[in-house]
Amino acid sequence: MNVMYFAWVRERIGLPQEQVETKAATVADLVAELKAREPRYAAAFADTSALRVALDQELSSFDAPLKGVREVAFFPPMTGG
Amino acid sequence: MSVRVQSAPFDVGAELQGFAQGLPGVGAQVSFTGIVRDDTGTLRHMLIEHYPGMTEKAIAAIEAEAVARWHLLDSLVIHRYGPLKPAEQIMMVATAAPHRADAFAAAEFLMDYLKSRAPFWKQEVTDQGAEWVAARDADEDALRRW
Repeated sequence: MNVMYFAWVRERIGLPQEQVETKAATVADLVAELKAREPRYAAAFADTSALRVALDQELSSFDAPLKGVREVAFFPPMTGG
Repeated sequence: MSVRVQSAPFDVGAELQGFAQGLPGVGAQVSFTGIVRDDTGTLRHMLIEHYPGMTEKAIAAIEAEAVARWHLLDSLVIHRYGPLKPAEQIMMVATAAPHRADAFAAAEFLMDYLKSRAPFWKQEVTDQGAEWVAARDADEDALRRW
C-alpha cells in the first residue's frame, strides 16, 4: 500500500510517501511495524495521540482495519482556514 | 457549491461578483476572507501544505454537510497553499441563502470545519527558522457547538 506523511511527520521520517508491503490488520499494527524499522519512524510515531490518520483519503482511527485499503496517510492535527 | 484549492492569489471582489449570480431566491450573501497574520513582525512567510485529492474531498463533504443543515442556495470555498506573505489572502468562504441567518451560520460552520477537518498544515517561517503551527484546543472545541 501507499503510505504518505505530511507536515512534521514527513520531516521526521524524511520522505513524503513510500510503498509498504504489510500484512498488518489495523492501522495500529502498521504503526508498530513502522516503529520497529528505524529510530526516525519510532520518533515520528512516539505519541500517536498527536497524530491523525486517513485511509483512502477519509479521516479514520488507529484501531481501523486495513483490509482493502490502498492509501494510508499520517499527519498532525490539521491547521487550515 | 464549488471548491478550489490553488497556489495562485484570488480576487475576492471578482469572486463575489460572479457568486450566486442570478440564482432565484437569494436574499443574503455572506463572505469571509482569511489573511496571513504576522503577530510578531518577524514572519517571512506562512507555508501551507495540503494533501492533494483528500483536501478537495474533505471540503466537498463539509459543504454537503452545510447544505444538509441550512437552507443554502450556493457556497464557494477557495483555499490557497504554498508560501504566502503577511497580509496575503489565505482563503475565502462565501454562502448564499434566502435569509441571512442561514448564510451567516453556514459560513461560520464551514470556517470551523475547514480549520480542523480539511487536510491543511501551516508552518511559520521567520528569520529564526521554521515552525509548524500547533492545532488549538479552541478550534476543536468550536466544532462541538454545531
